Amino acid sequence: MQERIKQIDFLGLILWVFRTAIIVAMLWGTIATVMDNPYSAKAWTDTIVAGIAQGSLYALIAIGYTLVYGVLFMINFAHGEFFMSGIMTATIFIAQPMSASGYLDRHPIIGLLIIAVVTMLVSIGIAILTERVAYRPLRGAPRLVPLITAIGASFFWQYFFQGLYGSEVKPFPQTDILTGKINIGGVEILKTQVIVIIVTVLMLIGLYFFVVKTKTGKSIRAAAENKDVARLMGIDVDRAITLTFTMGAAMAGIAGVLYALVFRQIHFFMGFFPGIKAFTAAVLGGIGSIPGAALGGLFLGIFESVGPGLFLEGLGVPSPHQLKDVIAFTMLVLVLIFRPQGILGEALAEEKA
Amino acid sequence: MKKTFTTKEIINKGLLAGAVVLSLSVIGFIALLAERELIKGWFSLGHIFLVASPFAFAYVTTRDMEYEGNAKPLQTGFIIGAVASIPLIVLSFLAVAIDIRQFLSNVSPALIELLTFGQTPVLGSILLLLLFGIIGVFAASFNIIPENIRHPLVNALVWTLGIATFSEILLSRVRSLLGRGLVKVIFSGKSLNPIFAIVFFAAVFGFTIWWDKRGDSFKEKLENLAPAKRKQLSQGQSILLMLVILFLPLILGSYLTEVANNVGIYILMGLGLNIVVGFAGLLDLGYVAFFAIGAYVMGVLTSEGALGLDAGFSFWTALPISVIVATLFGIVLGIPVLGMRGDYLAIVTLGFGEIIRVVAVSDLFKDTLGGAQGILQIPKPEFFGIELVQPGELYYVVLAGVLLAVFIATRLRDSRLGRQWMALREDEDVAEAMGMNLVSTKLMAFATGAAFSGLSGAIFASKLTSIFPHSFNLLISINVLSLIIVGGVGSIPGVFVGALVLVGLPELLREFAEYRLLIYGVLLIVMMLVKPEGLLPDQRKKRELKSEAELDWAEK
Repeated sequence: MQERIKQIDFLGLILWVFRTAIIVAMLWGTIATVMDNPYSAKAWTDTIVAGIAQGSLYALIAIGYTLVYGVLFMINFAHGEFFMSGIMTATIFIAQPMSASGYLDRHPIIGLLIIAVVTMLVSIGIAILTERVAYRPLRGAPRLVPLITAIGASFFWQYFFQGLYGSEVKPFPQTDILTGKINIGGVEILKTQVIVIIVTVLMLIGLYFFVVKTKTGKSIRAAAENKDVARLMGIDVDRAITLTFTMGAAMAGIAGVLYALVFRQIHFFMGFFPGIKAFTAAVLGGIGSIPGAALGGLFLGIFESVGPGLFLEGLGVPSPHQLKDVIAFTMLVLVLIFRPQGILGEALAEEKA
Repeated sequence: MKKTFTTKEIINKGLLAGAVVLSLSVIGFIALLAERELIKGWFSLGHIFLVASPFAFAYVTTRDMEYEGNAKPLQTGFIIGAVASIPLIVLSFLAVAIDIRQFLSNVSPALIELLTFGQTPVLGSILLLLLFGIIGVFAASFNIIPENIRHPLVNALVWTLGIATFSEILLSRVRSLLGRGLVKVIFSGKSLNPIFAIVFFAAVFGFTIWWDKRGDSFKEKLENLAPAKRKQLSQGQSILLMLVILFLPLILGSYLTEVANNVGIYILMGLGLNIVVGFAGLLDLGYVAFFAIGAYVMGVLTSEGALGLDAGFSFWTALPISVIVATLFGIVLGIPVLGMRGDYLAIVTLGFGEIIRVVAVSDLFKDTLGGAQGILQIPKPEFFGIELVQPGELYYVVLAGVLLAVFIATRLRDSRLGRQWMALREDEDVAEAMGMNLVSTKLMAFATGAAFSGLSGAIFASKLTSIFPHSFNLLISINVLSLIIVGGVGSIPGVFVGALVLVGLPELLREFAEYRLLIYGVLLIVMMLVKPEGLLPDQRKKRELKSEAELDWAEK
């Protein structure tokens, strides 16, 4: 017994040292950067706004992870592919022909709305198909099993779409009304970034009300709480799960359109890393919680954008922006070790963690 | 269980089969495989994959259906096949009407020609419909014909198609081992000679019929041998196997030996990951990190380039250091994740793998690790003054590593630690309640897995003589995970099977390499749905599954 306590203390000590070291390094880097002051105030605002826009995208994708995890307790590894598939298809079949025929320049708003609708429909279709084929037959299997099929589905869709549309990077057509900057309160912001932030906020509010206020939303929450009891109450659990995937995929689809507007190019592998980052965001905010996903996404976006300049620059790391991904993954590890329930999450029950 | 199908259900099956083959066509898979001709002038691998989907759907549906008389299943097979051709017919008409290539870059004229047999769209469509219908009838007939004909037929088909598929490689081996004269008889061009194909088909067919009749008495004789003689026989088998393994490079030739070496590298990694995932049940997606660490340590210690330490390390002295460093990293990265389970563990280890790669690519350690340029001029291993350069020589280094790893893995599996790992895999809480030390058990699993991977990485670096951080990406972890899942989680022979199928085959069929990860994805899903225990399951697990099945049966 005594030996055991010693071991736990030893482990705790190592983790404590680990945590302290990272916090000290962060503080040290921040102080050094502030003293050195290498960037102008404008550069910082630009970085922060870019971070908020990037964070909004993460938030939208993270919703899908959080909803599915809330209901099925599985990491839907293929979620990044739902994000990719919609915008890829809409770009090839709608956006590029529309741009070539000049329709997109004549009616940009209607054009973009059509693109958004098609993107969402394709993303939803892929999501429902994946759930039907790869996840549904495995309900009740050991938890690693659906995770492995999810990894399989992720790679399947990536290379399926590579085969379908080719492996080169594809341009997303630009529209005149969305190029350039806009002045808000004395700060110059890219129009696309403004659109990303506004659309994200609207989507999140809409989703929140859908889940909290409507009967369908209630059925999803019931399925998340306890599938057996929900079934006894006359709720079609399979339908609730399909709906969950539908909502997550719709959000991912919108995120895909926004991503294409901001970065102006798409390719078959674009879903994978944003997907993993968004999962990080979902964990950060507290997995299973919708406001948590939004907050986590925002937090991660800002952190990733500001972090290299703020923490690493001061530590004398050469070209710190290469290490953006390291910051994101380190945050994920730290959160999972020290606060697995995330910022807003309820304390996770043993079977969920 | 047999069931009846309505016409609508049968048509749906046909459409499903059509959707599958349409997908295969539009992603370019079939057109690519069509370049590999199987039997000269007859058909290509593309044709096989074209008809595979209607064949499978027709076969499975007629197998499961309830019927009287033989007309019904044949009819059903025809309907499924014919309906399956409809999406392809639509595609070929569309391709004539509009320029479909601006959307789907892989709908090439070659594909359309394949689908319409080089005829006009109308005639081609009729031919395709008939072909698919006949394939459906053919598939259905497998459920009707008696077993004593079906078995030889399947055997002959599989063997003929098998040697035809690999004819390009077989050709070069036959030429160098058996002489040019035989090549002319068997092959024509890079594919099988039609006459030889027919003769071979008939030979396998005949032999199987003979074996089915006579084989039993032969087997009986074998079983009735005296125990001493039987022992001699099995010893003889083992000696033969060892000799084959020892002289494999001579049989295979240099290209195939190179493939075997790559398979060996993956077997090493697979054996290591098999300990972490298969024995201890800890899903590690960042396994490539330790492979990278092993390779980098080898590179830094032995490189003769600007980045090398130049401290007089040879391959053999650097090898244990690489393994030790990888092991230490296994422990260091294992500590933070001790408290995590299942999917959280998977995503965090994935993060670790990415962190290692991103750090190696970045300028942070550019002076020691070379940044994105990597490390060059790593010497090949030396053995008593002989530099091992040829694949046939490096083969023995890989072989030694694999044998060592198999020995350690087998001994560990049967040890106290191995049983602790399995207890951990089955139920962590119960294992802890039984007084098991979770911390050291888990760390031992991470450390051993990392050691194997580090060994593999060190050999890899020395074999390639240069390493680039971009090659240590997540896809390697996914490859290794796929191969142990396909082979059978927790099964040591399964790792060999998995590596041969997933690493060896794509190198032999280069067309597959392009769609490798797509196939891996499908394999992961299908294996989990159909055969979660893998192709060559662990005996213990198999026994568990079997006893469960027997229990179920007993309860009924």
